[in-house]
Amino acid sequence: MDNTPQEDAELKALSQALHQLYDPVLGEPVPARLHSRPRRGRAAAIAAGWVMLGLCVGTFAGWQLRASRPAVVAQAEVPVFVKRAAIAHATYSPEVRHPVEVGADQEQHLVAWLSKRLGAQLRAPKLEALGYSLIGGRLLPGDNGPVAHFMYQTEKGRRITLYVRTEATENRETAFRYASEGNVNVFYWIDRKLGYALSSADLGREDLIKVANAVYQQLNP
Amino acid sequence: MNDAESIVELIPRLRRYARALAGERTAADDLVQDTLERAWSKLHLYRRGTDLRAWLFTVMHNVYVNQRRAARSTTPLDDEMPELAQPARESDTLVLRDLDAAIRRLPPDQREVLLLVALEDMSYAEAADALEIPIGTVMSRLARAREKLRAMLAGLPPGGGTQLKIVK
Repeated sequence: MDNTPQEDAELKALSQALHQLYDPVLGEPVPARLHSRPRRGRAAAIAAGWVMLGLCVGTFAGWQLRASRPAVVAQAEVPVFVKRAAIAHATYSPEVRHPVEVGADQEQHLVAWLSKRLGAQLRAPKLEALGYSLIGGRLLPGDNGPVAHFMYQTEKGRRITLYVRTEATENRETAFRYASEGNVNVFYWIDRKLGYALSSADLGREDLIKVANAVYQQLNP
Repeated sequence: MNDAESIVELIPRLRRYARALAGERTAADDLVQDTLERAWSKLHLYRRGTDLRAWLFTVMHNVYVNQRRAARSTTPLDDEMPELAQPARESDTLVLRDLDAAIRRLPPDQREVLLLVALEDMSYAEAADALEIPIGTVMSRLARAREKLRAMLAGLPPGGGTQLKIVK
């Protein structure tokens, strides 16, 4: 099938227009979720997610009955939002395909959106110096209104999440507290209008407090 | 460069094609992600020395076909997301936007052929390989796609750019 010169010219114009339309994609930063070669299949990841979720639900059902692993903070003292943060971590951090709602490639939009929904100016801390880069975030329902949930990961795919919610009573402050909910370790603190919970399933107390300190310092320069 | 590095190098190209094919950014990146997952797990089936890009496009084509088969309708919930200001675009934005909309309305089979040839600069033979269809089918789908585009774009009001040739 030979094209007439006119058809060739038309195809060339079409090709140029298509390049004009879509070539900008080549220059966009590649979202983190496309960068990491998966270490395990999605089915396995989902299964792991359910197992972790199950563990967390178990926490609600009566984890305190198990004497083998006492929580650092007595269960009664752990605020509800910290348990919710641990469950959110266990639910979303194993996700391969949809770990976040809005990716870090739209960070500005993400922060603007979550700030708007929470009614408070939020910031996504930069944790590259500690080896964690932002993947993105999502909006979650909390016991006290909408919650912002940011997710970070290392190059090896280890993830931490930062759960941020608005506090009912302003002008409250707490020191860093540590809680262990099932498999998830959580550092949490309340800073005036906002409550924060930093969760990880991989990091021990010492490493997690380093990250928590960095987060705190960036949010309170 | 090993196969894994080559695949990573090709990710921007896969994203461009996926954006043109699937339209919306998240859907396009889902397509790329599924393609990459499949490619990593089937890498042993790739014959070294053959065109890796063509192989990846074949993988993406198969994923795309499966996705469309499984597609469910979704309802957008958040209609008041704060939008960031879009960077200013050239004066021919209108023409391009019309073209984007027209491509979106092409049947997926024809859209794939058109994009492989006109955006990915594949020969008819390469496109036939990538889509695993006879070369004659590539040609007939391309002809139909161009015919439909012409009709859709010619139906536009004047001033918005009635001819593709306006685009430099």
